[in-house]
Amino acid sequence: MSPELEIVLIAVVTAVAAALPGTYLVLRRTALVSDAISHAILPGIVVAFFLTRDLNSPLLLLAAAATGVLSVVLIEALIRTRLVPEDASIGLVFPALFSIGVILISRYAGDVHLDTDSVLLGELAFAPFDRLMVAGADLGPRALWTMGAVLLLNIVVIGLAWKELKLATVDPGLAALLGFSPVAIHYSLMTLVSITAVGAFDAVGSILVVALMIAPPATAYLLVDRFAPMLWTGAAVAALSAVLGYIAAFVLDVSIAGSMAVACGVFFAMAFFLAPRRGLVAQARRRRTQRLDLSLRMLVVHLLHHQGTAAEAEECRSEGIHQHLRWSEARTRQVLRQAEERHLVERWGELLRATADGTRLAEAALVGEF
Amino acid sequence: MDLFGDYTLRLVALGSGVLGATSGALGSFAYLRRQSLLGDAVSHAALPGIAIAFMLTGSKAPLVMMLGAALAGWAGTLVVRLVVRRSRVPFDSALGIVLAVFFGLGLVLLTHIQKRPDAAQAGLDSFLFGQAASLLRQDVVTMAALGAVALLILALAWKEFKLLSFDPDFAASLGLPVRRLDGLLTLLLVVAIVIGLQTVGVVLMSAMIVAPAAAARQWSRRLAPMVVLAAAIGVFSGVAGSVASSLVPRLPTGPTIVLVLSVVVMGSILAAPQRGLLWRYLRLGRLHRAPDLDPVLMHLYALSLQHADDPDHGHSLAVLRTMSPRDAEVAVALESLADRGLARRTDGGLWAPTPIGRREALKVLEQELDS
Repeated sequence: MSPELEIVLIAVVTAVAAALPGTYLVLRRTALVSDAISHAILPGIVVAFFLTRDLNSPLLLLAAAATGVLSVVLIEALIRTRLVPEDASIGLVFPALFSIGVILISRYAGDVHLDTDSVLLGELAFAPFDRLMVAGADLGPRALWTMGAVLLLNIVVIGLAWKELKLATVDPGLAALLGFSPVAIHYSLMTLVSITAVGAFDAVGSILVVALMIAPPATAYLLVDRFAPMLWTGAAVAALSAVLGYIAAFVLDVSIAGSMAVACGVFFAMAFFLAPRRGLVAQARRRRTQRLDLSLRMLVVHLLHHQGTAAEAEECRSEGIHQHLRWSEARTRQVLRQAEERHLVERWGELLRATADGTRLAEAALVGEF
Repeated sequence: MDLFGDYTLRLVALGSGVLGATSGALGSFAYLRRQSLLGDAVSHAALPGIAIAFMLTGSKAPLVMMLGAALAGWAGTLVVRLVVRRSRVPFDSALGIVLAVFFGLGLVLLTHIQKRPDAAQAGLDSFLFGQAASLLRQDVVTMAALGAVALLILALAWKEFKLLSFDPDFAASLGLPVRRLDGLLTLLLVVAIVIGLQTVGVVLMSAMIVAPAAAARQWSRRLAPMVVLAAAIGVFSGVAGSVASSLVPRLPTGPTIVLVLSVVVMGSILAAPQRGLLWRYLRLGRLHRAPDLDPVLMHLYALSLQHADDPDHGHSLAVLRTMSPRDAEVAVALESLADRGLARRTDGGLWAPTPIGRREALKVLEQELDS
């Protein structure tokens, strides 16, 4: 396998592994916990590194994941004192832990291969050089195995706890009522997030972890309305972002992690503007239709109201009707054209009258209103 | 050597102090408006602005860098606002997306700049993790000027910002331009963040916004003292952190400042009068060591309010039981309350709070309202 292909493969596996738990974070409105965890694991990584002197030791990954969970415990404890609101608790805990990590590194790690840049930014380009060797046989890049295992873990846990996670996410109150411990579910999810962040930090850095965990599921959230489709749409968007981000980084010769994060953003922006029902474009189009609909109703109700009365000659004249409806002339012309096209009104000389269809619409509008 | 070290230290301490004052004061508003994490998003979002400002002007003048950072950070807040208003994506996800995507764009641009032959990006890296030691005189002057302007605007629009933070609907009903005020306050927050990027860096800047406010909030329930105290805590932590990091070798300034702040926050949460955990434990120790007493006393008090004219009016055990969770040991709790002189048995085996019990219940209630 060429190094480029290996990088893409690692990136795709990481992206999918991150997007799966990310979906729950987005739906549970705890998206920024991913940011907190991905920074808070730093002291865990550093301390475990001092003990093992091996960045690839499984102990290091476990210790780091434990620190991630610890940060969640600290955040929850702060919230429980009711002295600090939830968002501030997150903002207090992770900078403190991250600072401890940075200080430990700069004081004691001097000349070993461990620096804040690599934790924060990652360097995917180097991932293929770190091979997993067993008995002298080259089994491929180590990061691929690590992230593959994380992905498998995420799939298995989500598969096994499918309905519990779904229920606790969609309706935590009902879940608690039915006897599923919200605390246990919360911490299982946070453990998954921690493990994923730890597995990914070496390859892609913590900022890209945040991008992959939040942006693709949020993109999916704009596109679909059901749980399972949101999971796999998010995963697909994440994988696509990884591939396109890598290609862009390769062509432009810039940071791979940064480029993938930007790709995530581009997909989100596309969904935000163009999503079939929720996009800004669809919203604008829907508003225009509704506005026209309302105008047509107002027009026929107005005509019906004055039809056959003494004021008809004045109120229903096609010239000047815009004054009675208090519309601009341009808008009136547009509405009249639509009304005639739909056979809601017809012209009687100077006057406008509602057709049978128009009368029905006006009556429906009035009944609907009262 | 000594003189030079002294000069640098003075400069760094001054810069950190300016940063602490502005972020403390403006962070208080973000904290109260539940926008603590906006600072995190803004500081990350500023990175591409710094890179673009450098690419366009080729200058590393502090004002140019800060202007670029502020524009990008502000753009980030606008995107967050747009996404939240026009889609169902929640606030925290919108923050996370802006944070990560803008930061990614910043990385892309920085790696692009690094390829330029003049390799003049040296100063740009310092924005990532902060490099207080690299502060120059012109940096500190720019920081001080921007901070002074931000604080001045805050003072001038104090009344409006206060109303906006506590009751935006009322502010709107008075005819205040709520959305423009909101934009202005956010812009001031952006300025406070931009001032600090070079000293503490993108990642830790959010702590400078949240922590002084969180600490100050424990000591005051009024806005003006809270803002002043937050600014003071910011100054203290900034100066203490930079002094400590200059005394101890290989102790980076930004993280040290954040650790000092974290200690101050912890101390405040523990020790602040009325609210602090220690205080709570000491004053309510009697009640808290028997955790079931609190709610029963409150129920008894609530019932007694129905008969304010008759302090001897008693309430039956059965009524108190229906008010408590199924498994609560109400009878035991009542006996202990009686032991402590907080409740008493009236004629006919009914229960009423004593005057002391009433006062204690009122205190608990006030504390609940306060927190």
